Amino acid sequence: MQGASISLDHVGISFGDAQIVSNVNLEIRPGEFICLLGPSGCGKSTLLNAIAGFLPVQGRIEVNESPVTGPGLDRGVVFQSAEVLFPWLTIRENVEYGLRLRGTPALARREKADHFLGLVGLTHAAEKFPAQLSGGMRQRAQIARVLINEPHVVLMDEPFGALDAQTREVLQVELDRIWRESGCTIVFVTHDIWEALLLADRVVVMTAGPRAGIKTIETIDLPHPRDQGSSECLALFRRLRDDIGAEVKQALRQQGLNREPV
Amino acid sequence: MSDTTQSPGVRLPLSTLRFKAMATKVSVGPLSVLAGLLLWHVASLYTSPLFLPSPLTVWRTALEMLADGSLLESVAASAWRIAAGWAAGVAVGVPLGVFMGRFPVIRLMVDPYIEFFRFIPPIAFVTLAVIWLGPGEITKIALIFYTTVFIVTLNTIAGVKAVNPLRLQAARSLGANAISEMTTVILPSTVPFMVTGARIAMGNSFLTVVSAEIVSAQTGLGAMIWTARNFARTDWVFVGIIALGILGYVFDRVLRLASNKLLNRYQ
Repeated sequence: MQGASISLDHVGISFGDAQIVSNVNLEIRPGEFICLLGPSGCGKSTLLNAIAGFLPVQGRIEVNESPVTGPGLDRGVVFQSAEVLFPWLTIRENVEYGLRLRGTPALARREKADHFLGLVGLTHAAEKFPAQLSGGMRQRAQIARVLINEPHVVLMDEPFGALDAQTREVLQVELDRIWRESGCTIVFVTHDIWEALLLADRVVVMTAGPRAGIKTIETIDLPHPRDQGSSECLALFRRLRDDIGAEVKQALRQQGLNREPV
Repeated sequence: MSDTTQSPGVRLPLSTLRFKAMATKVSVGPLSVLAGLLLWHVASLYTSPLFLPSPLTVWRTALEMLADGSLLESVAASAWRIAAGWAAGVAVGVPLGVFMGRFPVIRLMVDPYIEFFRFIPPIAFVTLAVIWLGPGEITKIALIFYTTVFIVTLNTIAGVKAVNPLRLQAARSLGANAISEMTTVILPSTVPFMVTGARIAMGNSFLTVVSAEIVSAQTGLGAMIWTARNFARTDWVFVGIIALGILGYVFDRVLRLASNKLLNRYQ
């Protein structure tokens, strides 16, 4: 599996008259892990959906120098909600879904599914249905279902957002390992600063919407796996927290929720 | 579970509790039926058999009609009409609903007709059906088909519209095209709605078959109930009604068992 480059060139996204995202320019290197960080409702997921090809955009989005015109096998998407697993298929059948669509013979399908089920630690649950699994296991199944297609880019929309803190930590470490083994490019949306610090090569902080854009880009030049207690990490955390804090405050002020004390 | 949930002082072993729960479950229904029969019997003592025949009379009549084959003949005629009309209605309603749910143009085209015709009860069409299709079997089957097709179509449309859009996005990004999206996501997602529609339609088919048979049939439970009038045989009416109830129960049970068995993973 090889990572792809992603290039966003003056990208804007609007729903009707509302401009959600405007003028985003970003170059992502092959194999890079990018976190999109920002206050909720700022348009990070919208930008991710645009890269996935689910939304029409102004400007240009290119993956490996070819323009994005719709969903494609080169870009896998891991959603926040595990509802996207097909409840009528077993975990194995869910994971094999992409291969089945392409007519891969049953034996090869099975072998590959075994490999990716093992990668996410779900070998024991292969014959179960999604409803029989915990939230964390379902998210791992989703990740396996995406990785089996060997995408160059994996787009993840707060995949651990709905999980409890302990499960989330375990999965973050696992994702870090899977990313380094697979070499794919990952764009990961989150509002959790620690999560971004643990995983990302670069953290892209977005401004509050509407007309959201990029506020700052922070390079996290620390070896993996990372120690969140290190002094560099703490310094980065403070910087990111202040960056986002300003945006959150602005977002709340726009919603009329937060009056500055007089 | 523990056995400490009862009032203080009284402690029964768990097995006794379980036995009691089980005994309650299997005995209350039959006891209630028995009580109903008793009430019916008592009421019949104070009225004439023409007004209300006793349960025993009805039972004897049912045995007679079973012996001479007329009851089975009636049941078979009605059951066949329901099965044929209902199956045809499901077979047309499901694809129609899927296409209407999926393609707005088709929906816009068919919608005015659906919205108009669904308020017209099938009974209103009995006369027309006889004029157009004659007095034969096809008339009754067509009316049941009409009953079924609307309910199944409307339910299937609702099912297609209820498909989680995220699942469609996921399928697309995993390599699905328009056709595989239909077969691997939309159809499986919609199965519970189709089953619900089919079950409701089955109930309505019973309404239709009786009225159709009353107006234009020599055989069937509806015809049997109607003929009873000419001979002042209220007991035939009762036999017919009870047979309808049992037949409906059996059909629904079979449908539920079949859908649980075959479509379990889609629920």
